Amino acid sequence: MLVRLAHETDLAGFRREARALLARRVPPDRVSWSAGPCNDDLFADEAAPEAEVPESGVTVPTGFLELCHTVALHSEPQRFALLYRLLWRLVHEPALRHDPLDADMMQARQMAQAVQRDMHKMHAFVRFRQVPDGAATDPLHVAWFEPDHHIVEANAPWFRRRFANMRWAILTPRAASNGTGASCTSAPARVARMRRRPMPARRCGSRTTRASSTRRG
Amino acid sequence: VDLQAKLAILADAAKYDASCASSGGVRRDSTQGRGLGSNEGTGICHSYAPDGRCISLLKILLTNYCRYDCLYCVNRASSNVPRARFGIDEVVRLTLDFYRRNCIEGLFLSSGIIRSPDYTMEQVVEVARRLREEHDFRGYIHLKTIPDAAPELLQRAGRYADRLSINIELPTEQGLAQLAPEKDVAAIRRSMARLRVHIDDAKEEAAQAQARPVVSLPQARPARARPASFAAAGQSTQMIVGADATDDATILSTSAQLYGAYRLKRVYYSAFSPIPDASAALPLKAPPLVREHRLYQADWLMRFYGFAADEIASPHAGGMLRLEVDPKLAWALAHPERFPVDLNRAPRELLLRVPGLGVKAVDRLLLARRVRRLRSDDLQRLHVPLRKVLPFVVLPDHRPARSSEPLRLAASPRVAQQAALF
Repeated sequence: MLVRLAHETDLAGFRREARALLARRVPPDRVSWSAGPCNDDLFADEAAPEAEVPESGVTVPTGFLELCHTVALHSEPQRFALLYRLLWRLVHEPALRHDPLDADMMQARQMAQAVQRDMHKMHAFVRFRQVPDGAATDPLHVAWFEPDHHIVEANAPWFRRRFANMRWAILTPRAASNGTGASCTSAPARVARMRRRPMPARRCGSRTTRASSTRRG
Repeated sequence: VDLQAKLAILADAAKYDASCASSGGVRRDSTQGRGLGSNEGTGICHSYAPDGRCISLLKILLTNYCRYDCLYCVNRASSNVPRARFGIDEVVRLTLDFYRRNCIEGLFLSSGIIRSPDYTMEQVVEVARRLREEHDFRGYIHLKTIPDAAPELLQRAGRYADRLSINIELPTEQGLAQLAPEKDVAAIRRSMARLRVHIDDAKEEAAQAQARPVVSLPQARPARARPASFAAAGQSTQMIVGADATDDATILSTSAQLYGAYRLKRVYYSAFSPIPDASAALPLKAPPLVREHRLYQADWLMRFYGFAADEIASPHAGGMLRLEVDPKLAWALAHPERFPVDLNRAPRELLLRVPGLGVKAVDRLLLARRVRRLRSDDLQRLHVPLRKVLPFVVLPDHRPARSSEPLRLAASPRVAQQAALF
């Protein structure tokens, strides 16, 4: 059975679908998950027409929900399958919640770690450069960053908190976040425009290295 | 001299200050303010100094002119380095500019002593004040304080800074008297004690404010001024290793005493590096950098693993840490009677003494063994160095060969050595 989620990091959709699947007692090896437009499994069946599912009252440890939030940002296509398998096992194997060394659990934790490392890299290596912005009095701060996972939106609030009163935009191959106003909008059109003009990532960094040499590591 | 050249001189002059952490302090951000900056425990990193240190702060001296003549210091009065001095506004502007580009987490500001300790300290505090009050800067600020400065100035510094530090400079009083005659151990320790009192008081006030119930009219928003914080990330110090003949045991006992008496957050060890045109009283050669590394490892053992200073390096055993093995392995090899340890039964204190097991690994093992018996593939999944751990532990499917393995570990240290060119 194929379950389709609205976008790459659609955790709310995953939770809704997973609850429904659990209520219908669909084991994890009979479900395949697809997030985003183009990575469908060729041999999967379409999902059965959705019936209204009563609240199943599944409870999981609070730590698991946090883990889901992070793992959902990973770029691994099987991430939702892993999460559903863990959820299934948490419901059916009560001992799992006390076992920090379980193989599935370890894998999920390692994926979460990779995501967190990537998020940290974004905090650590984004370097803004000032560009004049037409009539505006204060300059726009622009940065280019290439993340490994789907972390841009999750990281935007951190930049908004740090540079609350500054006009900035971070451009990435997949999305852009900007902190000009209170809200963060994805602006794919703008990214495309910036990418057509050559804007090497290196130059953003090298502008900032006069005081002490900065390098990616 | 233009700003660029000054920055080159004064950033280079600050490179001997090892402390560049930016963790701790009060969590804050700029969403409710008019300035910029936040402090949330994570942030930029990886701006490297030429010697390989990773620095996340704009680390500069206000000036490298100095009245003092401390022999180990590159900025001593009799040194012939090029000198420069920043104006207060220049430092403020530089800090904000670097911060806006996300190049720094904050400012580390130190200074050579000009005119008088009080005058210098005033200048340093003024930089922090302008950043905080005029520009509403909410990033991290670390100020190096001058022990001879007036207590009021120290107190003001603490209001603006996240961390304050006073260098103890050398591990022994005799060493300081010999190499830095103008500095005064008593004054240094007095200032550390004062800082500790201020930090403790501020913590106490914050705790009380938290505990007091809010009394308010119905409908009214309970608003109460937060008590002023004082160097919320605590104080630290720095010690130069290898400039005099002090052994590791003395260094570690000095650290233990500093941690205990003044509740320091960190003691930084800085391997003495021969400076250009050094005094004849100093050794010609730098101590091996690995010594600094071993001291940091020993420091961690004291702070997080329950080791006492004299367990790690005792004066009876030569007083030096072994350079070829880490201090924990060295301790384990010296105490074969305490091993092997049964991973399924041993208490936390004993697990922490097993070479190769860190604090996190130990806590995971403790959790896991509540639900089942641990086996050797559990260790594998924990990603601990098996070669190091297995000779010291017993598991249902593993028992170390009697005494031969640890000895082999000790006998064949794989020391990588760079080949000499000449």
